[in-house]
Amino acid sequence: MSCKELVELVTDYLEGSLSWRQRRRFEKHLSLCHGCVAYVEQFRLTLRTLGRLGEEDVSPAARAELLAAFRDWKRA
Amino acid sequence: MDLHPPSDPLAEGREEELVAALKAGDEAAFAALVDRYQASLVRLARMYVRDRTTAEEVAQETWLAVLNGIDRFEGRSSLKTWLFRILVNRAKTRGQREARSVPFSSIGDGDEPAVDPERFQGEGEPHPGGWRQPPARWDGDPEERLLAGETRALILDTIEQLPPNQRAVITLRDIEGLSSEEARNVLDVSETNQRVLLHRARSKVRRALEAYLGEAK
Repeated sequence: MSCKELVELVTDYLEGSLSWRQRRRFEKHLSLCHGCVAYVEQFRLTLRTLGRLGEEDVSPAARAELLAAFRDWKRA
Repeated sequence: MDLHPPSDPLAEGREEELVAALKAGDEAAFAALVDRYQASLVRLARMYVRDRTTAEEVAQETWLAVLNGIDRFEGRSSLKTWLFRILVNRAKTRGQREARSVPFSSIGDGDEPAVDPERFQGEGEPHPGGWRQPPARWDGDPEERLLAGETRALILDTIEQLPPNQRAVITLRDIEGLSSEEARNVLDVSETNQRVLLHRARSKVRRALEAYLGEAK
């Protein structure tokens, strides 16, 4: 497996969807290649950062409006 | 600090109770749902409609649809999947009227390498397919750097420019944290297709970050 091939398989690797053989080849390549280790680490950091982008609060105005709509719904 | 104390109605396994509370008109249950999902709904709606105000309207319509439909909710999918699915369908309809939305899988699905092919050695070089110049480690405290305002804006901007199908998948999977099965239920995209779209989208975000962090040094 070349570096160029490996970079196309990172999501499949992380999702656990590589075949057993491919997984072995992927991991063997990583054990020998610093460049690809750095690449996979960048990829993981990207995912961790994406996962934290979602931390966001509801605006108080929108929240109040939704709760008012809830009370209307309840009365109906 | 326990983020899910026992009284948290959204803690895992308590969905049935939450649905029952909603059916009974329990405002605290509704408020908990709003706090948990409103920001996600607005963000998802933004994938299909032009501006934030419209996205907020679509989110509000979704909540009303949820309340009006809660008696028919049978729990075959999770409440979250159901909620997101209603939102996506409404936002799509709205987006089509605005002509922002592009039919699923119509663009950007050609062959797109994860990394610029120029970064790899070609035939006739010592290691064909090997890095010419390997990626550098993102040093310092990369996570902190990555979450700084400017980087955050860069990531959101990169996602905004993705083809709609890639944007939808990366938003659901990586920002909202849905499983591939949940995302399949929301978007009707097979898991295989999803992985392809996800890989392209993630690769582009990584690329944008690499370029940015490389420059910033």
